[in-house]
Amino acid sequence: MITIIIFIFAAVGISYWWLLRQRVLEKPWLTEGTGVDRREDLASESPTAKTGLIVFLAVVTSMFSLFISAYFMRMELNDWRPLDEPGLLWFNTLLLILGSLSIHKCARSAANQDANGVKVTLLATGIFTGAFVAGQLIAWQQLNEAGYALRSNPANAFFYLFTGIHGLHLLGGLWVWSRTSIRVLAGVELEQIKLSVELCRNYWHFLLVVWIVIFALLLST
Amino acid sequence: MLLVVGSIAFHFLSPWWFTPLASNWGAIDDTITITFWVTGAVFVAINLFMAYSVFRFRNRGENSKPAKYEPENTKLEVWLTVVTAIGVAAMLAPGLYVWNEFVNVPEEAWELEAVGEQWRWTFRLPGKDNKHGTSDPSFVNIDNPLGLNPNDANGQDDLIVMSNIVHIPIDRPVKVLLRSKDVLHDFAVAQFRVKMDLVPGLVSYLWFTPTKLGTYEILCEELCGLAHFTMRGRVVVDTQEDFEAWRDSQMTFAESMQIGPGDPIAGQSLYAVCAACHGPEGEGNVALNSPKLSGQADWYLRRQIGYFKHGIRGAHEDDVYGKQMAPMAAVLADETAIRNVSAYIKTLPEHRGDYSITGDSNRGRNLYVTCGTCHGLNGQGNYALNAPRLNGQEDWYLKRQLKNFRQGIRGKHPFDLFGQQMVSMSQMLRNDTDINDVLAYINTLPPIEPPLTNQVAEATMQGGR
Amino acid sequence: MTYVALADRGQELSHPKSFITKYIWSQDHKVIAIQYGLIAIAVGLVALGLSVTMRVQLGFPESVSIIDPSEYMQFVTMHGMIMVIYLLTALLLGGFGNYLIPLMVGARDMVFPYMNMLSVWVYLVSVIILMASFFVTGGPTGAGWTLYPPQAILFGTPGAEWGIILMLVSLAVFIVAFTMGGLNYVTTVLQARTRGMTMMRMPLSVWGIFTATILGLLAFPALLVSAIMMLLDRLLGTSFFMPAIVHMGEQTAYGGGSPVLFQHLFWFFGHPEVYIVALPAFGIVSDLLSVHARKNIFGYRMMVWAIVGIGGLSFIVWAHHMYVSGMNPYFGFFFATTTLIIAVPTAIKVYNWVLTLWQGNIHLTVPMLFAIGFIFTFIHGGLTGIFLGNVVVDLPLSDTYFVVAHFLMVMGVSPILVVFGAIYHWFPKVTGKMFNSTLGKFHFWFTFLGTYSIYLPMHYLGFLGVPRRYYAYEGIDFIPESALAMNTGITVAAIFVAATQILFFVNMIWSLFKGKPAGPNPWNATTLEWQTPQTPPIHGNWGPELPQVYRWAYEYSVPGADKDFTPQNEPPADVEVAAS
Repeated sequence: MITIIIFIFAAVGISYWWLLRQRVLEKPWLTEGTGVDRREDLASESPTAKTGLIVFLAVVTSMFSLFISAYFMRMELNDWRPLDEPGLLWFNTLLLILGSLSIHKCARSAANQDANGVKVTLLATGIFTGAFVAGQLIAWQQLNEAGYALRSNPANAFFYLFTGIHGLHLLGGLWVWSRTSIRVLAGVELEQIKLSVELCRNYWHFLLVVWIVIFALLLST
Repeated sequence: MLLVVGSIAFHFLSPWWFTPLASNWGAIDDTITITFWVTGAVFVAINLFMAYSVFRFRNRGENSKPAKYEPENTKLEVWLTVVTAIGVAAMLAPGLYVWNEFVNVPEEAWELEAVGEQWRWTFRLPGKDNKHGTSDPSFVNIDNPLGLNPNDANGQDDLIVMSNIVHIPIDRPVKVLLRSKDVLHDFAVAQFRVKMDLVPGLVSYLWFTPTKLGTYEILCEELCGLAHFTMRGRVVVDTQEDFEAWRDSQMTFAESMQIGPGDPIAGQSLYAVCAACHGPEGEGNVALNSPKLSGQADWYLRRQIGYFKHGIRGAHEDDVYGKQMAPMAAVLADETAIRNVSAYIKTLPEHRGDYSITGDSNRGRNLYVTCGTCHGLNGQGNYALNAPRLNGQEDWYLKRQLKNFRQGIRGKHPFDLFGQQMVSMSQMLRNDTDINDVLAYINTLPPIEPPLTNQVAEATMQGGR
Repeated sequence: MTYVALADRGQELSHPKSFITKYIWSQDHKVIAIQYGLIAIAVGLVALGLSVTMRVQLGFPESVSIIDPSEYMQFVTMHGMIMVIYLLTALLLGGFGNYLIPLMVGARDMVFPYMNMLSVWVYLVSVIILMASFFVTGGPTGAGWTLYPPQAILFGTPGAEWGIILMLVSLAVFIVAFTMGGLNYVTTVLQARTRGMTMMRMPLSVWGIFTATILGLLAFPALLVSAIMMLLDRLLGTSFFMPAIVHMGEQTAYGGGSPVLFQHLFWFFGHPEVYIVALPAFGIVSDLLSVHARKNIFGYRMMVWAIVGIGGLSFIVWAHHMYVSGMNPYFGFFFATTTLIIAVPTAIKVYNWVLTLWQGNIHLTVPMLFAIGFIFTFIHGGLTGIFLGNVVVDLPLSDTYFVVAHFLMVMGVSPILVVFGAIYHWFPKVTGKMFNSTLGKFHFWFTFLGTYSIYLPMHYLGFLGVPRRYYAYEGIDFIPESALAMNTGITVAAIFVAATQILFFVNMIWSLFKGKPAGPNPWNATTLEWQTPQTPPIHGNWGPELPQVYRWAYEYSVPGADKDFTPQNEPPADVEVAAS
């Protein structure tokens, strides 16, 4: 449970730090008027959707931390037989990095009002990410053929579980991506697209980090 | 609001407290007493204060005093925090101290293994070498129910107690190793205060020193499935001499592996006596109140004949027909004779019995869901659950037994190991309608063809040790 | 004035056009709150029925023929799961959270209204899946609400065929619904507070719900993770939690898994869950006490810190549910210590509630009675928690009726008293009508005294060592006849309490149609929800401009002011004018 404990400490720590910045130490009955509300002075106020996404990502992080905790605890039991990760995963990782890079580029294009750039990079994101998901499926097939069945060993089960859950999250991302793409193709103004693209970018980067953590974990054990 | 205060009085009038202690864990009781008085004092103090506040400062219409404006009082709050922290520490410190004693088992403790499975207890004592052999679930079979490693020299002289009654000597610390064959269970004896779960896949432990002679009940206190509430055992605290006498009468693992199957040919001549009532082919005779025997598993017959012989079954004064069977069972001289006759009965061809009871078999099916958990969905019985076969048994006999169980005529004897479970379970059939319905359903179960392939059925048909 | 625009930003309210969009597919947080509340109460009534049935079985084992052991286990399980998750979590966060957060922080609606609407419908789906398990082969699962493997997914436990699968799927769906709602509550508090509403000016109700939601968002994934892994064990034959076992005489294909791992994951969710239910109740009760005592809440800062502190600590105490689970016993030292540490901030909250009453001007209205009743039962439940948290005291008491009495006192009776108090308190705002006070007072006294006479004796049965989750107790030597008689008494009290709830429903329904108009602010409260231009508030809550907040939420009986309360949005210079 160490992983989740670390995560929880981090989450609680960040919350407390944020609360301190909200001046939870002051005595609210001594201050009257609207002057104490300094939010309008803080230029860093982020759009609601972004805050929502951050909260959501915290939830997802919590879930993956728990899976990883369970992984470590299950690993200590004596029937654990590590599996050989197929080399294809390296290629898939590259695909996901490319997807993440292109959505990053896309967000920048959107900020620069570069409509063409947005279309190209958005398409590239979809292709790379779709290829990643397909690649993961092929990796499953390879493993299965190599005799690493889901039920034969917990290490295998965890492999399928991790990649499956991660893939599901990517599919969720692709759904948002497709909605955004449709709006781009329909010629909606870039200013309205910008937020969606930025949200996608954050989400892709997050899932890339999650994948790298999982992949490193799978490789190292 | 003062009624609130009144209800505190219940505390001091309450009639129940702990059962008398029978182990070394007086320290646990002391910790509880400390906790009880500290928390009790806090409880009374805060509630009295609250009741007084509510009474004193309640609104009295127009002329009541306005509330005092007091956002906080740091001094008071810090003071309360500190006092609380001290109070909590005062309860925690002895708690941790005693827990430390519980976690660290004294060197001189002897080791007793308690094995839980749905829904019974069995035990293993170390043999002369004072060492337990290793065990693994993969070794479990009918002849080796505890799954001991047959190749482990340490295990050969281990004493196997296939009973839910175990004896331990007084005044010697015992470390109970807890092992489960299937699901979670919990070994709890109220009088010893300590308890611990049994977890399949690992061995947990607890320890105590019994300090009072007597018989105490072991209850399973971790939900372990349908018959959880019937999973009971007993631990008998003996003097050292009594304990040794009991121990020497137990079978070692090596001995238990050497018992062969009964001899049906020897059993045939013994059966002649039985045939008078039960029929030459064990078909039973309702006019003589003799149940059908053919088709029943030999392990079950052995146990029941033994019970009749030793006055465990058929001893209750209201058990009219059981009392007839008891002297007949005494004709069989010893355990070997019982084995042989049971083996012979197993060879008898099965006759489908006569059914006379009518009831709502659809309603019976719902009721039977509970029965089927142990007796099998087809009523085939299950050795591992000590559940005899019901399928094909004549319904007049089943009805009489169900009623006997319900009324405690059968199954209440302290040495009827699994009868008590059936007494508890049969409480769900409240009246004749319930019994008739469930029997009507059992009557509809398809007959069992002798060569069954799956393992449970095999266990049933071939019988165990 | 850039700020008002900022707070109003992105609030493209989709105004209802027809009956269906207004009451069914509504995106208005108030309608969603009521939908949440009604579904939760309906499913809670099912659970209440189950518990009464169980009690009758336990109380009159000889004479009444109701349920068999399978049904008993199934009812125990469903009662627990429904009450904890589908009633209390949904009602306190989905119901009160939805209704109160936007009104109390001065927002027009939740920040993601569409997701909010999805949340309630997905919640309904989870409830339907759960209820469906009553009608499948084998019935609902009877594994106990903790769903411990291996038994949860093995034959021999009722509902191992379909019940457990539906239970796990329903939980997963519920978690999705909760996450959608939870994102809304948290983000609304973070982003949509109106001008002047700093964190430290929020009423404690919002603090409680906000913190509880964060706990829920971080803790529910643990339940999701364990549900997914158990489903895989059940359906695909993996061995995450399943060790090698011999089940009913047969070897199984499982091997090597760890049931204790499941327990860790489950309680990593399960303990914060206690506070997910308790913290909103803490917050709400603070507000009720303050309003009806006409006094500021005592030690507001300490209360906020305590809520936040309890929230943080609640993640490192989970294994106190596992002292006798067979885990490494050395963990006991750590978890006993953290558990007793958490008692300190909790105790502070109790002191502050009681000190709020001290020198107040206490109006014994119905909500106030419930709030005071809560303090009493919560003190009781909290103190018995110290017994169970102290690892060695837990040894004799765990898995007995003491535990049952403890958690029903602290997690059942206490939050439900708050729920009743809160419903009475906000009923005038939600409906615009006043309820019948006399009926309400009868409801309180019957419920309060009734529940107390259920649970107080149970503690003593626990001391005696009476084990929980037993279908029948006959044949256990150390349990005397008198204890069984007490069991009957408890059942009588339980039936009485259940019947008493009719008073509540009669009162609510009658008042809804025939109640006197309540006016916008019948309790003379300061918080924003009582200052809306319309009662009940319309979609969008506020007039053309969002309210401005000038002070904290507890300006009651300020010396020198003309009236005994000053609403949060009343401009400072106008105090005298408004009072005249």
